[in-house]
Amino acid sequence: MSQPDLIIHDEKDNVGVVVIETTKKGQECNAWIMENDKTININSTNAVPLGHKIALKDLKEGDTILKYGHDIGKVVKSIKKGEHVHVHNVKTKKW
Amino acid sequence: MEIPKSFLGYKRENGRAGTRNHVIILPVDDISNACAEAVANNIKGTIALPHSYGRLQFGADLELHFRTMIGTGKNPNVAAVIVIGIEPKWTKRIVDEIAKTGKPVEGFHIERTGDIGTIMKASKKAQEFSQWASEKQREECPLSDLWISVKCGESDTTSGLASNPTVGNLMEKLEPFGVHLCFGETSELTGAETVCAARGATSEAKDKFMKTWNAYNDFILKEATDDLSESQPTAGNIAGGLTTIEEKAFGNFQKIGNLKFIDVLEPAEEPKKGKGLYFMDTSSAAAECVTLQAAGGFNIHLFPTGQGNIIGNPIEPVVKLTANPLTAKLMKEHVDCDVSKILSRKMNLSEAGDELIKTMLRVANGRLTCAEALGHREFVMTKLYRSA
Repeated sequence: MSQPDLIIHDEKDNVGVVVIETTKKGQECNAWIMENDKTININSTNAVPLGHKIALKDLKEGDTILKYGHDIGKVVKSIKKGEHVHVHNVKTKKW
Repeated sequence: MEIPKSFLGYKRENGRAGTRNHVIILPVDDISNACAEAVANNIKGTIALPHSYGRLQFGADLELHFRTMIGTGKNPNVAAVIVIGIEPKWTKRIVDEIAKTGKPVEGFHIERTGDIGTIMKASKKAQEFSQWASEKQREECPLSDLWISVKCGESDTTSGLASNPTVGNLMEKLEPFGVHLCFGETSELTGAETVCAARGATSEAKDKFMKTWNAYNDFILKEATDDLSESQPTAGNIAGGLTTIEEKAFGNFQKIGNLKFIDVLEPAEEPKKGKGLYFMDTSSAAAECVTLQAAGGFNIHLFPTGQGNIIGNPIEPVVKLTANPLTAKLMKEHVDCDVSKILSRKMNLSEAGDELIKTMLRVANGRLTCAEALGHREFVMTKLYRSA
């Protein structure tokens, strides 16, 4: 069991969470999927700090972000696979 | 791990058991704080619980005030109570309800006597209570005497990944022992409300939850001048990587593991359907929520934090855990249980749940929590609307 760089809750999720202090720009990250215990690799486009999310696929405006296998908001600015996902490109569907 | 079947607690007159043995000086209203604090200063082994309200409240807001006062006094972590109010009537109402538990309680009112005379009379009684309580011994109590409340704070994505699921793991393991469990935070289930409602054990519990959440959401929609993005998630949540209220809600929801809740409680309401998990309608502000849960009769609290919330409560010990390695390192004095190794996969969820059970039982047996050692006594009344 090697230490993961990213953890993904659910197989259906399109984002993963950084669990090391920070990823480096261009770093090949080892991502562990909790639900099925599989591991995938993803290239981190930017330096992304602990606890922040990285896109696991290309996402366009209006797409839904899935985490825990559930809808956690909508994409408001297109996101490329490997990019940082946060308040600058995702917004709540509530309010 | 084999789970211990008992802990060492203080058996109370009404059959419940406490993890603490406090003698409290409870002011009925804001203007009685000075008197209550003077008594607590005079008599060692007592604590005053000052707060900001209790005058000219009415309707549901006044009922909540009474329920919180009375519930705090009735909590089994409290051995004896001195109630001090400005007027006799409200003081007596609180005393009479607390007295039903069988524990020593005495009320004093300040009108027509003044602070100094009241302090003298109340101090004499407080001394008697303090010395009486000091002889109480811890005895073996079954685990089912634990009423465990939970609430998370300053959450980040590590909360949803690891510290909240650790609490969920503890709940799954301890529920078969017949404990009472309680989660709350109506506002922070927004986005996960239908998934949460589906966890109601009965259609009545499901409906009651949706009614409670809808009432809250209607209030937000009525009062909000902007969307709530500035408040939910908080700046601390966002710094920790949480992007939306929905993401925060699904993380929050991990605290109940795979359990179903059997009933929905009003704020500060005591559960009446026996063992199992309850949802209580509370604010998501840490001190308000824990104060309400303590008033509902819960005697030990689990508090997962991401970025480092430091809350404590005067009567209900607050056990803090974190999965954020930076918080565990930088705010060590606030962390009772460090589960950050889950993120590096050096610890699995079940091991973390076992660690939390061990820590919680040590605290139930008398070990001071970090918050207790640091003097955190946040007693914060929830107010529903402005006074008359």
